[in-house]
Amino acid sequence: MNYNWNWKIFFEPNPMGTGTYLDMLLSGLWLTIKTALLAWIIALIFGSIVGVMRTLPSKAAYWFGFCWVEFFRNMPLLVQLFLWFFVLPELLPKAAGLWLKQLPNAPFWTAAIGVGLFMSARVAVQLQAGIGSLPRGQKMAATALGLTTVQGYRYVLLPMAFRIILPPLTSEFLNTIKNTAVAITIGLIELTGQARSMQEFSFQVFEAFTAATILYLLVNAVVVTAMRFLERWVAIPGYITGR
Amino acid sequence: MLDNFDFDVIRRSLPYLFYEGMTFTLTLTALAALGGLIFGTAIALMRLSGYKLLGRIAGLYVDFMRSLPLVLVIFWFYFLVPYIGQWLTGSPRPIKVGAFASSLITFIMFEAAYFSEIMRAGIQSISRGQPAAANALGLTYAQTMRYVVLPQAFRNMLPVLLTQTIVLFQDTSLVYVLSIPDFLGAASKVAQRDGRLVEMYLFAAVVYFTISCIASFGVRRLQSRIAIIR
Amino acid sequence: MIEISHVNKWYSPTFQVLTDCTTSVTKGEVVVVCGPSGSGKSTLIKCVNALEPFQSGEITVDGTKVHDPKTNLPKLRSRVGMVFQHFELFPHLKIIDNLCLAQEKVLGRQHDKAQTKGMQLLERVGLKEQAQKFPAQLSGGQQQRVAIARALAMDPIVMLFDEPTSALDPEMVSEVLDVMVDLAREGMTMMVVTHEMGFARKVANRVIFMDRGEIVEDAPKDDFFGKPRSDRAQKFLSKILSH
Repeated sequence: MNYNWNWKIFFEPNPMGTGTYLDMLLSGLWLTIKTALLAWIIALIFGSIVGVMRTLPSKAAYWFGFCWVEFFRNMPLLVQLFLWFFVLPELLPKAAGLWLKQLPNAPFWTAAIGVGLFMSARVAVQLQAGIGSLPRGQKMAATALGLTTVQGYRYVLLPMAFRIILPPLTSEFLNTIKNTAVAITIGLIELTGQARSMQEFSFQVFEAFTAATILYLLVNAVVVTAMRFLERWVAIPGYITGR
Repeated sequence: MLDNFDFDVIRRSLPYLFYEGMTFTLTLTALAALGGLIFGTAIALMRLSGYKLLGRIAGLYVDFMRSLPLVLVIFWFYFLVPYIGQWLTGSPRPIKVGAFASSLITFIMFEAAYFSEIMRAGIQSISRGQPAAANALGLTYAQTMRYVVLPQAFRNMLPVLLTQTIVLFQDTSLVYVLSIPDFLGAASKVAQRDGRLVEMYLFAAVVYFTISCIASFGVRRLQSRIAIIR
Repeated sequence: MIEISHVNKWYSPTFQVLTDCTTSVTKGEVVVVCGPSGSGKSTLIKCVNALEPFQSGEITVDGTKVHDPKTNLPKLRSRVGMVFQHFELFPHLKIIDNLCLAQEKVLGRQHDKAQTKGMQLLERVGLKEQAQKFPAQLSGGQQQRVAIARALAMDPIVMLFDEPTSALDPEMVSEVLDVMVDLAREGMTMMVVTHEMGFARKVANRVIFMDRGEIVEDAPKDDFFGKPRSDRAQKFLSKILSH
């Protein structure tokens, strides 16, 4: 392979004048983390609401949940980001559209909201399955004690359902982190984006991508370890989660 | 409000969008699914082979691929494949690889990790009595897998495999980052050329949505039918 | 205390679960409901606190109409204790918290008052030492005793039991029945779905026999065990008592 390896490249100054190439990658990593965290919060909030709606006896609530999930699941994430970023401002009334377009950090907010809503559909499906896996009698027992529907979900069903779906939620969180890379297409210079620009400036393709790869693996390892601790922390003595 | 929009641009670009763009997308999806399934099944068999080293290598590959964003993997292979080609053919310079070949290799390698997990679950879902019965009849390990275990695993997992293929269909849109004219790439090219982003992206969204919806509806029907047969 | 009159329930025109059921339970009375599986006895008892809806007829509990849309169902249910076949303790809560949850959230009791009440009841069912454990760490019989204590903590005016011993291993049945016998002797109004004819003989005032959604027999205990009037009840008794 006639490729000129140069691993010292990371400590050379980048042409943007923001320190070394390594600094560039790390700032990308930081942006990846920020975007993913905000997206995950959005996904959890909307996913929980929609997931619960899909388990309610109300037909209207069920249909709303069904449409929400189908809408966000049946379009490529990339297309969804384009819709939020390019299409939405044009469809809004002029003033609102202009405000959106001039928003500082528009790629960041679009990515966080777009990825967040995309992932909310998957969180909703997981939560629905988690609630569905609880014995029917649990809801009955809560009702029989006089708890209202809201109280029943808050104190009885959701604490168990979230414990049960913690492992799949871990991988959905990892997916959220990975999916932020799609926002490179709307100009978010996160970790993959920084690796790409490093490659364009320095021509050291493989060093740049190797570094990004290692950073992604590190983030994965940290998340998986943290979630293991969380799982152990919320585990119920004597209770086996099945799988 | 829709006065300033020109939806006729869609009609004018239909041939380009579908003959070039959608053909690329669907061919890539089909071939990547097939290749991913074959390679993925091989990985699953390695993981379940009982050979520690083989299993470890296969496991590492799967974990590695699943830890990376697809966009990064697309970039990796785009730059790496020419060098691998050079190494394989012994040519003096990195060889030129076409956009389609490069994307196809990327998606096969990437999807194999996901398909292998599905096939592994499928193989593990088959009762231990089945391979035992096949062995008792005198079938070899390879024959047992080929004629008894894999057909059952494949059939049980068919809905999941198809669902993953729908995800793959949507994921192929990411070749956009290499400026390849798949369906979205083609739509985007027209959008930029004519300054018709809203019309083209809305149309692309509707097309992806319709195809995915119909496909997942089909999978759901298949699933309920399989459930009855069992 | 409980008036059930002409209750009909069906899932579809061809699938009737309850047909014209009429009976009552007066204050201090213990009524045992028995019958073959699928006879509708569990459904009937669940109609009493509106866990199951019914299409026609009327049920009143302590003068309150159960199916009246104006009825505050949580409030009514909080006064009707219910014990389920599968215990339905809340697995993520400690035993004592299982007893406190509804006291605090439904009755609005102070935490320490609820706790004191809970400990008294745990002592009464002989499980004071288990207060800090989780449900999954207890045996089936212990869990069911906790479930009875949980219902009693709400100071119910009537207790409903839905096959409280049929999910238990044989050696644990008596510890649960003992608690129920004590309760009956103290004058608690009880409606009990069970196959335990020994329990019925010991403390029941009346026995109701159901088959195919109908109340076939509704007689004082001695009459029922002396000479059941219907063939179906005779057959059922001979099957159950032959072992």
